[in-house]
Amino acid sequence: MRSFQYSRPSSLTAAAGEMGGLLAQDPDAPAAYLAGGTTLLDLMKLDVARPERVIDLSALRGELGHVHPGATELRLGAFARMAEVAAHPGVIADYPVIAQSLALAASAQLRNMASLGGNVLQRTRCSYFRDPSWAACNKRTPGSGCAALGGVNRAHAVLGTSEHCIATYPGDFAQALLALDATLVLAGPQGSRTLPFGSLHQLPAATPHRETTLLPGELITEFVIPARAWTRRSLYLKVRDRESYEFAVASAAVALDLDGDVVREARIALGGVATIPWRAHGAEDALRGLTLTETLAWTAAENAFAAARPQTHNAFKIDLGQAALMRALLQAASLEIRP
Amino acid sequence: MTGPLFPQGGPNMGQPAPRYEGRAKVTGEARYPSDVRLPRTAHACLHLSRIGRGTIRGFDLTAARAVHGVIDILTHETVGDAIRQTPAIYQGGYTSDSLLPLGSAEIAHWGQPIAMVVAETYEAAREAAQRIVVTTAPHPSPAVDINAPGAETRALEPMMVQAGDFDAAYAAGPIRIDARYTTPAQHQNPMELFATQCVWEGDRLTVHEPSQYVNSVKFGLAEQLGVPADNIRVISTHVGGAFGAKGFLTQRTALVAIAARRLGRPVKLVATREQGFTVSGYRAETRQHVQLAATRDGRLTALRHEGWELTSRADTVAMGGASMTTRLYACPNILGRVNTVAADRSTPGFMRAPGEVPYGFALETALDELADRLGMDPVELRRVNDTQTEPVGGLPYTSRSLMRCFDVAAATFGWSGRSPRPGSMREGDWLIGWGCASAYYPAQAGNSAARVRLTADGTAHVASAGHELGQGMTTMMAQVAAEELGVPLERVTVSLGDSDLPPAVVNGGSAGTASVASAIMIACDAIRARLGVPRDAPYAALRAAVAASGLAFVEELGEARAHGRSPESLPDMYRGRALPLGGVELPDRVQFAMGAQFVELRIHRWTREIRVRRAVGAFAAGRIINPRTSHSQLLGGMIWGIGSALHEHTDIDQRNAAYTNANLADYLVPVHADISEIQAILVSEEDRLVNQAGVKGVGEIGVVGVAAAISNAVFHATGRRLRDLPIKLEHLL
Ligand SMILES: Cc1cc2nc3c(=O)[nH]c(=O)nc-3n(C[C@H](O)[C@H](O)[C@H](O)COP(=O)(O)OP(=O)(O)OC[C@H]3O[C@@H](n4cnc5c(N)ncnc54)[C@H](O)[C@@H]3O)c2cc1C
Ligand code: SF4
Repeated sequence: MRSFQYSRPSSLTAAAGEMGGLLAQDPDAPAAYLAGGTTLLDLMKLDVARPERVIDLSALRGELGHVHPGATELRLGAFARMAEVAAHPGVIADYPVIAQSLALAASAQLRNMASLGGNVLQRTRCSYFRDPSWAACNKRTPGSGCAALGGVNRAHAVLGTSEHCIATYPGDFAQALLALDATLVLAGPQGSRTLPFGSLHQLPAATPHRETTLLPGELITEFVIPARAWTRRSLYLKVRDRESYEFAVASAAVALDLDGDVVREARIALGGVATIPWRAHGAEDALRGLTLTETLAWTAAENAFAAARPQTHNAFKIDLGQAALMRALLQAASLEIRP
Repeated sequence: MTGPLFPQGGPNMGQPAPRYEGRAKVTGEARYPSDVRLPRTAHACLHLSRIGRGTIRGFDLTAARAVHGVIDILTHETVGDAIRQTPAIYQGGYTSDSLLPLGSAEIAHWGQPIAMVVAETYEAAREAAQRIVVTTAPHPSPAVDINAPGAETRALEPMMVQAGDFDAAYAAGPIRIDARYTTPAQHQNPMELFATQCVWEGDRLTVHEPSQYVNSVKFGLAEQLGVPADNIRVISTHVGGAFGAKGFLTQRTALVAIAARRLGRPVKLVATREQGFTVSGYRAETRQHVQLAATRDGRLTALRHEGWELTSRADTVAMGGASMTTRLYACPNILGRVNTVAADRSTPGFMRAPGEVPYGFALETALDELADRLGMDPVELRRVNDTQTEPVGGLPYTSRSLMRCFDVAAATFGWSGRSPRPGSMREGDWLIGWGCASAYYPAQAGNSAARVRLTADGTAHVASAGHELGQGMTTMMAQVAAEELGVPLERVTVSLGDSDLPPAVVNGGSAGTASVASAIMIACDAIRARLGVPRDAPYAALRAAVAASGLAFVEELGEARAHGRSPESLPDMYRGRALPLGGVELPDRVQFAMGAQFVELRIHRWTREIRVRRAVGAFAAGRIINPRTSHSQLLGGMIWGIGSALHEHTDIDQRNAAYTNANLADYLVPVHADISEIQAILVSEEDRLVNQAGVKGVGEIGVVGVAAAISNAVFHATGRRLRDLPIKLEHLL
């Protein structure tokens, strides 16, 4: 880890102001926000992230650490901890996919430390990204190539890849947000705005180093998740190589609105298989208006992976991703939903 | 789990005494070698090679030197000939590999230490190490693993085992199995990192380092540094797990020692988790070929087991497990062979049950294949081929309780409720699989000494340079002295893990307890003889005898010679050369601990996650000195076995042999949620021959056979026979 300057502003305004000041002097200022630090400090120790200025946002927990499940929407402060949200009875009851995606992520220690905002912005686990001795990584060093293409890539993505980057988006919570059509509230040196969660992450395409559409210095302050007809019939299915403390090999966040056995509406987001949190619109369309059977679930699952492109070691993720989605759909359909 | 957390003992078992150092450990008082604080310590950080095989063209140390607090940077250019080339353990020396630390511009493998920074703080040392720029000329196509085209295969003729006429018997066999298996590279990853602290006082060097063999560090360093061994002391009071990785002297120790000498102040190195993957040895990947022939009633008529093990170019290292798998079952025609495959990798080493885990996986899976082909219960197949005589040389087992273990474990597990047809047991969307396998481990011992002092106030002190790796050595030493002398346990104190103490065997090969307990018994016998106190005399009589002697204390040294070692070998232990011997290496008999492993797992019908639901193991290992610590060792072993079958696997990049998952987030081991019901049963067994203490050792056997029980259960659940470890969900999709 390299030496850096550290500050801990006491409010959102002060934090955004401080970052704004730095960026005004130098638009590429090597500055970073720090929340729980479980991604950022990790990457700093590995010499992947090299900020010279670290702005610690932990004082914002008072202002933006709320968990408010309401009848029409769930509002979550960006600095609420993963563990708090996962354990909140209102979230568990009415927004189950949100609670489950957080509870099944990482370990108890990490969930106690990590914030929601930091969680959706966590970086890929690609080994070649995380080890700077590999010169070729377009995400770390634009234009340098991609070591994972000819390397160990079992964990890499099959959806949304490009010839420039095949790194998987590793998080879980983001799939739940995507499935439930969440909105982000943002604040920054240029003021506040809202953004549909689905517009946050960017495909790698030719610029894998640009991961989000956040403006320079912009902060996530809140997540707003609307309560809809399918919200309570929702779940997160995570398939992984061990029972806990492990990233998804494949996962599915699904939410269903059923009329008897007929699907009125479906929401599907896939994790562990794609370069960004992956909304499976085609699979949703394939389900809408039809009776949910094993066969229909397979059809939807096949549809979700129609565009998948395997690498040397991860072709199985296509079959596995399909199986996970089909299992999640059937499981969601069988949930007892109290009125 | 119901009932007590550990067994309360039984025939030929001692008391389940709690850990001697347990309180110190859970309160943080225990000082591990890197916890020892030395004034004015400078901190070191290694820089490891980032290419595979190749040559260093030059270093640019400008940025590294510019880091505030950097004192010294060691490279092959600055170290000169401060460290001597000495033979590795495999050539009768002391070091875990034969590369000279920072010896030249040649890079043998990815992850080789090529520089070491010393700085005022750990942070500065680490930052500077990251900023070292190395220009290299990489070899165009290093051989990265056991299947690489450039790797060199060599047959190890001395490891060949032969009986009868395998080829003819196999050709004539009514039922035949012919199968190939592979096991992956795996790393021990003990919780405690590879740390070394060195401090010189004049020409005397003290080393604080977690070790399974303080005397090999002492005598090896003396050779490397050209310093009299008497001037070196190695202290290793607590070790936070070792599993073979801390068995012998690695390259780092001499580097830290010379850095401390150059600076005239103590130097401390704690290699990072990632660096640990190449700083010490590991379990090399293997390929194996098993051929079996049997009669229709299941009697083996031919058995062939051949293994290929990865090694480095520098050292020919083989665990040679076929020498054991060919001697476990009655069979007239046997062929066992071992080959090494040398590649551009770091030298492998010992990892918990080094030969038994991979070779046991192959043989015990092959037996299950045979049982399936015969339509025979796999337990019965083992019974039909059980023997009290080793089949190659016709030597007797000192004792063997394999089928008793099977019967106890099968009954506890409920094996009779098994529906044998693959895929026939289900629960909802989960396929259920049951599987079993034999566990075995050679009973070994090495020459060891211990000093016991009985003081007039009725306390006793036991000292030996054995090692507390967390396995319970300290508790065992106190217990043996207490029992032998009749002193209450709480009045016995222990010293260990220090090369100034009477020497003990390397704490490997599950030989620690057998060896050191025997030495303590001899010392205690001598004390009683000197005082004229009979064996079962009450404590009061013992105290009275010391008082009557007029001495402040009575002290005796016990030296135990392992069976199979010559009297002339005894002095070797005073030169760091006490290695375990036993198993199949003896001229007159064979010695094994035996066990049986049973596993129930479930596999999801669609997504194919494999989860172990229950594991039952039963083990007979001679005298159990402490059922509590033994039980804990066996449980830990069984859990390790689950990891070895389903999780552990070092990923190797095919371009430069880089390990791409060298950290504990990506190198998977089981977590709590992976382990549900698990039971280790101690089957009582008495073996008066094996050694003075009657102990066979339980450090490793718990791991053995679990992987086969799991692969057999996967077959039972799915009908798919998987012969490559680890077994992952993609193999079942
Ligand atoms: C071993 C391990 C296993 C893990 N397993 C999982 C898993 O199974 N599933 C899973 O989902 N995650 C997993 N994680 C990732 C973990 O959940 C994230 O590291 C964590 O959620 C990040 O939150 P944080 O508050 O610590 O973020 P930080 O590390 O503080 O920040 C992460 C990034 O977000 C930026 N940032 C933080 N907050 C804001 C904000 N409000 N606005 C704008 N930018 C911000 C920071 O500048 C930084 O770039 C694992 C992590 C580890 C180390
Ligand atoms: S996959 Fe992406 S993150 Fe990984 S090495 Fe390639 S460019 Fe870098």
